[in-house]
Amino acid sequence: MVADPVLLQAVAELFPNGISRYAVGGLLVGLGTVLIYVGTGIPAGASTFLESTLSYVSDRSRFQRYVGSRDWRVVFTAGIVLGGLAFAATFQSGLVTSPLYEPGTTGQLYEVAGVTLWTTEIQPWRLFVGGVLVGIGTRIGKGCTSGHGVCGVGSASKTSLVGVATFLTVAIGTAQVVAALGVSP
Amino acid sequence: MSADRHPLFKPLIFVGGIIFGFGLGFSHMARPEVVVNFLLFDDLGLPFVMFGAAIVSGIAFALLPRFRDAAPLTGDPYERRLKPFDRNVLVGGAVFGVGWGLSGICPGAAYASLGVGNVTILWALGGMFVGAYAQGYWRSRSGARDAAAAGAD
Repeated sequence: MVADPVLLQAVAELFPNGISRYAVGGLLVGLGTVLIYVGTGIPAGASTFLESTLSYVSDRSRFQRYVGSRDWRVVFTAGIVLGGLAFAATFQSGLVTSPLYEPGTTGQLYEVAGVTLWTTEIQPWRLFVGGVLVGIGTRIGKGCTSGHGVCGVGSASKTSLVGVATFLTVAIGTAQVVAALGVSP
Repeated sequence: MSADRHPLFKPLIFVGGIIFGFGLGFSHMARPEVVVNFLLFDDLGLPFVMFGAAIVSGIAFALLPRFRDAAPLTGDPYERRLKPFDRNVLVGGAVFGVGWGLSGICPGAAYASLGVGNVTILWALGGMFVGAYAQGYWRSRSGARDAAAAGAD
């Protein structure tokens, strides 16, 4: 087989940041999920935290049915936040480097106590309105990118495969329309 | 329910969450710009994260039940994540898709995003709680009306 330079060029344009940071990150997300599953038998998703945490402040039946799992879901979410901070303190700060990690150029970097932090340039209204729809949609649709996308697809669940196909397709269409309307960032 | 749990139950979940969040940071999924760039076909890396994680999980989900009957910290049987299909999967998936496409952020990535320093993501997290509360308020009411809410998920 002879590698076609035109084809290689096209592939490089589709992956301007390479694939290793994505593949390694995905591997770690999978390992975190597996560690919890091995110990507890729970295929953990991230979005139920939203409803289960509301059970602390609301008596509604829809939230109260998560009382049994709300404590560990807070612990899971706190871990995810801390994991993001651990990444910021190491690779994002340049303290640790690897040929597998591509820093990228998005957003704004700033520094607090020697740790390089990052913030988005996406407009707050997009984050808020999008967040409301994510909150409604993941709860009605029985899962998000981790529940359906990682655990459900990993379980070869037809429900989750259909769910992922639905939200991926709609998200691509939405992002294309938003960009075509000139909304940026 | 939580009182008789194994003392290592929460520590294990915490460590699992840290690895999970570190992976979301490393893969730049905690950066909404990178997700939007995927949805605009400018950088096709995202499927390597989601399907990479799904493959790793899938191997564990498939193999573990062959070696053990129950998880050591809970005594729960190893089961796959299978949920019943109904119209809600399509409706909810579509609503989530619009929100994800508009903002570039999903729940797990939003938590990790806060960790990498993205204070602005509090707008999205606030929105997610508002959305989750709105659907819970509505469904608790319609569920009480039907008087037959069979908890499915």
